[in-house]
Amino acid sequence: MSAETTTPATDAVSAYDVDHPAPVIEPPRARTRKTPRATRTNFEMYGWLFMRLSGVLLVVLVLGHLLIQLVLDGGVTKIGFAFVAGRWASPFWQAWDLIMLWLATLHGANGLRTIINDYAERDNTRLWLKALLYTAAGFTIVLGTLVIFTFDPNIR
Amino acid sequence: MPAGTLYRGREGMWSWVAHRVTGVLIFFFLFVHVLDTSLVRVSPEAYDDVVATYKNPVVNLMEYGLVAAILFHALNGLRVIAVDFWSKGARYQRQMLWGVVGVWVVLMAGAFYPVLQHTLRELFGS
Ligand code: HEM
Ligand code: HEM
Repeated sequence: MSAETTTPATDAVSAYDVDHPAPVIEPPRARTRKTPRATRTNFEMYGWLFMRLSGVLLVVLVLGHLLIQLVLDGGVTKIGFAFVAGRWASPFWQAWDLIMLWLATLHGANGLRTIINDYAERDNTRLWLKALLYTAAGFTIVLGTLVIFTFDPNIR
Repeated sequence: MPAGTLYRGREGMWSWVAHRVTGVLIFFFLFVHVLDTSLVRVSPEAYDDVVATYKNPVVNLMEYGLVAAILFHALNGLRVIAVDFWSKGARYQRQMLWGVVGVWVVLMAGAFYPVLQHTLRELFGS
């Protein structure tokens, strides 16, 4: 609601004038140099937004992936090296898998970060669990990306 | 003994628990899945060997379980997004949860044969 809508429509006598100014109310989350480092940015808000945006995209990417791998064309029976070679011959499916890899890993890792913050109460436990989480997520993204870009159908 | 002091959030709480459990499960699967896919860089035989485990009847059943987890997480995730962004979302959160459960049951019934066809054909012949 904007400020205008809260002022009375009629020009009623105001309790405030030049000599009696209305008290200034500080915005509740004004950031100053004394604000703790952890709450000085909007990081958590962007994280929240990212979970929702990536979630919408992952519905298409992951459910599409499962449809192709597990449902169409005989289900899991058809999967093998030759099948993967056929799929990654197309830049479209390479891009699909690459985007899915990055979004799913970041979405899942950010979700796990929330869960660690919820349950690990000791500072040290949180630190180590997050170090483990970021290592695993970084490893997954680097390995998966390398595999897509260096895939060689004639490895034999 | 004071009654009713223990928080029991009904459907909303349990859907949150299920969303959390399925999210963790999918993340762990993804980690293993990227490892097994990376064997295409070792040799065709190494990759086909690991994919053979996906075709084992017990693992095939676990794949059906993975589909169950992902379908719930995806549908309920859309519900969470609707609660946050749709002006009437919070008011209809319970109805939306039953919608999620309904769609989930239909999709799971539809996925039963396609996902398990490998095992069904192996067990009962073609
Ligand atoms: C298929 C589409 C998906 C949608 C629509 C979706 C949606 C969401 C949403 C909206 C949240 C935030 C929940 C909240 O703030 O309360 C969330 C949390 C989470 N998601 Fe997903 N997600 C999807 C796929 C995935 C995948 C593929 C993974 C794993 C790699 C995953 C793992 C998680 C985890 C671990 C959380 C944190 C749960 C919590 O804090 O309780 N999600 N998801
Ligand atoms: C049991 C079910 C699944 C099967 C049988 C399966 C099968 C495959 C296959 C054959 C590939 C090779 C490339 C291609 O054909 O596109 C692949 C790649 C990939 N899959 Fe899946 N998939 C499954 C579930 C999932 C799920 C649930 C996710 C996401 C959470 C996922 C994410 C990926 C990613 C990111 C890649 C690329 C890997 C890389 O970069 O090396 N898959 N999958």
